[in-house]
Amino acid sequence: MHLKYESQLREPLVSGNKNYRQVTEDIVRPIEAKPTRLWYIGFFIAVALLLFGVYSVYREVTYGIGEWNLNKTVGWGWDITNFVWWVGIGHAGTLISAILLLFRQGWRTGVNRAAEAMTIFAVMCAGQFPIFHMGRVWMAFFVLPYPNTRGPLWVNFNSPLLWDVFAISTYFTVSLLFWYSGLIPDFATVRDRAFTKLRKRLYGLASFGWTGSTKHWQRHESLSLVLAGLSTPLVLSVHTIVSFDFATSVIPGWHTTIFPPYFVAGAIFSGFAMVQTLMIIVRKVFAMEDYVTLGHIEAMNKVIVLTGSIVGIAYLTELFMGWYSQNKYEGYTFWYSRAYLFSPYGWSYWGMMACNVLSPQIFWSRKMRRNVFVTFFMSIIVNIGMWFERFVIIVTSLYRDYLPSSWSVYYSPTIWEIGFYAGTFGLFFTCFFLFAKYFPVIAIAEIKYVLKTTGDGYKEQMSAIEAQPLEAFVKDQTHHH
Amino acid sequence: MAKKKFVVGCFEDEAVLFPAVKKVRAAGYKIHDVYTPFAVHGLDHAMGLRETSLHTAGFIYGITGTTTALSTISWIFTKDWPLNIGGKPHFALPAWIPIMFELTVLFAAVGMVLTFCYLCQLAPGVKKHHFHARATDDLFVMAIECTDTTNTDDLQAFLQSNGAIELSVQVAEEGWWFGRYDNENVPFQNKEIVAA
Repeated sequence: MHLKYESQLREPLVSGNKNYRQVTEDIVRPIEAKPTRLWYIGFFIAVALLLFGVYSVYREVTYGIGEWNLNKTVGWGWDITNFVWWVGIGHAGTLISAILLLFRQGWRTGVNRAAEAMTIFAVMCAGQFPIFHMGRVWMAFFVLPYPNTRGPLWVNFNSPLLWDVFAISTYFTVSLLFWYSGLIPDFATVRDRAFTKLRKRLYGLASFGWTGSTKHWQRHESLSLVLAGLSTPLVLSVHTIVSFDFATSVIPGWHTTIFPPYFVAGAIFSGFAMVQTLMIIVRKVFAMEDYVTLGHIEAMNKVIVLTGSIVGIAYLTELFMGWYSQNKYEGYTFWYSRAYLFSPYGWSYWGMMACNVLSPQIFWSRKMRRNVFVTFFMSIIVNIGMWFERFVIIVTSLYRDYLPSSWSVYYSPTIWEIGFYAGTFGLFFTCFFLFAKYFPVIAIAEIKYVLKTTGDGYKEQMSAIEAQPLEAFVKDQTHHH
Repeated sequence: MAKKKFVVGCFEDEAVLFPAVKKVRAAGYKIHDVYTPFAVHGLDHAMGLRETSLHTAGFIYGITGTTTALSTISWIFTKDWPLNIGGKPHFALPAWIPIMFELTVLFAAVGMVLTFCYLCQLAPGVKKHHFHARATDDLFVMAIECTDTTNTDDLQAFLQSNGAIELSVQVAEEGWWFGRYDNENVPFQNKEIVAA
């Protein structure tokens, strides 16, 4: 008798008393079924947005950065705001799959696959912005340190912008490898039950010839664990380095030591919100309420209220330091450009405060944490708030610099700046729709692994044992030996 | 590679599989492999497999990444093109930590995944013999390698008495080859799927 079981105090992670076969059936069903009309509508909207984005980028590449409303002091506007926003969103996946794996949080198994996919797509979207912000995008490879005929003239390894190149590309690569190595066994599951020729061939290719051999599983476990161990500091490093883009400068409002933890907390906050948005749709559309239970949603809402409050403390600390430092420029940025409601961009600061700090406090209530509609609504509010945060940081610090004669006119984006942003939504959702249709959206093998100890049926068996008096329990458990 | 003869027993539950593995090994049979739909903890020990050293490889790849970053950057900034950045030291170690860290992680992750694929012979287009199609679904499939003296009937009866629900004798290639997965018999019934 092995003693590994979870107490009744924790609710089951998989409800509906499933066996292994049912788990496979439930998760593979959407792949084997024809896409619904809803899927087609969503997919075509996403593709249309993507095409609009492609056209916006085409204008920017052809006519130059002048297609955007960036100006003398607001050199970073919507573009870098969107970059930081998407990278932030791209943090939840690896956090769920890596940090929660190391912390042995069983509930991660229900959501990790979709969260990792979301991470990869979000990082793909994020990468577009700095690349096209370069203007002459055909020279983007200049950011890589390669021996060249110009000296060789190397990149500046002391610059946070170059650290970003390494951080984002490493993060993307490692997340992709982590995600795909987890997918291989599940692709094999789809392959082995496929009854159309094409599906068998394609999933045969994608599953790399996986057999499920014990030795392979042993290596797979070791690989997952080490990749999780590597990804844990990686995920913290990426947004830290993104925050260095700001924190190592001398711009009031950016030049603060609080940035790394504050950015990481914000990234987790927005990432979890995006996971909620997507998982609530996925569990409904694909009828996966048994795998992504209210317990999962509640757990993620707890993370949202925690990180939202951390971000709130960071905002207040910044305001305090703006006063306490008695630095005129800091004071002006924090107390006039940001916190004063009637300053030109005061609306964005208070929008941020309302969405990020005040509204998530609703999740102190258990009833609200377990309410799907409230969660869905809040997940969108949080991401609007986090977009405002990046906009506030970038624009309110830039639009009035040290020299009043160069203060810029009111910065607002052109249609092509907005189009570029909309295009990344198109890219994100195009990828996500394809993922939801062709990939197992829940990690099949991992669910099977936790099924025996955290499933409904097992818990029921255990409740009889838990109800026993101690002597009877000991007698019952020892007489086997 | 030559083909070999295997006796295959399928189990429905890992709780039945574990004692069966012990008994089969105690009886002196050679377990070729056990194919499972998910990682069954402790099965590798029960089968007497040694620990994997994949993590050691990962460590070596990792420090290779650190050294690559440190040596490349320090050579570039102190030897090849000592760039004067505000009169600061050429050897600016603290500023290089982020890139050193990122390359450590990158090398370790890429190296480990490639090593994993190499060791397990996993690649697109690779095909292997599958003893049972439900090994990736809900069955735990034990394949026992036969010798010249193995009595397959006895062995099958032995497996059955230890809880195997499906038995077969298969002559199979144990290595891998390039092939497609679409020209095999389908072990599942074709059935209508209700749209999600």
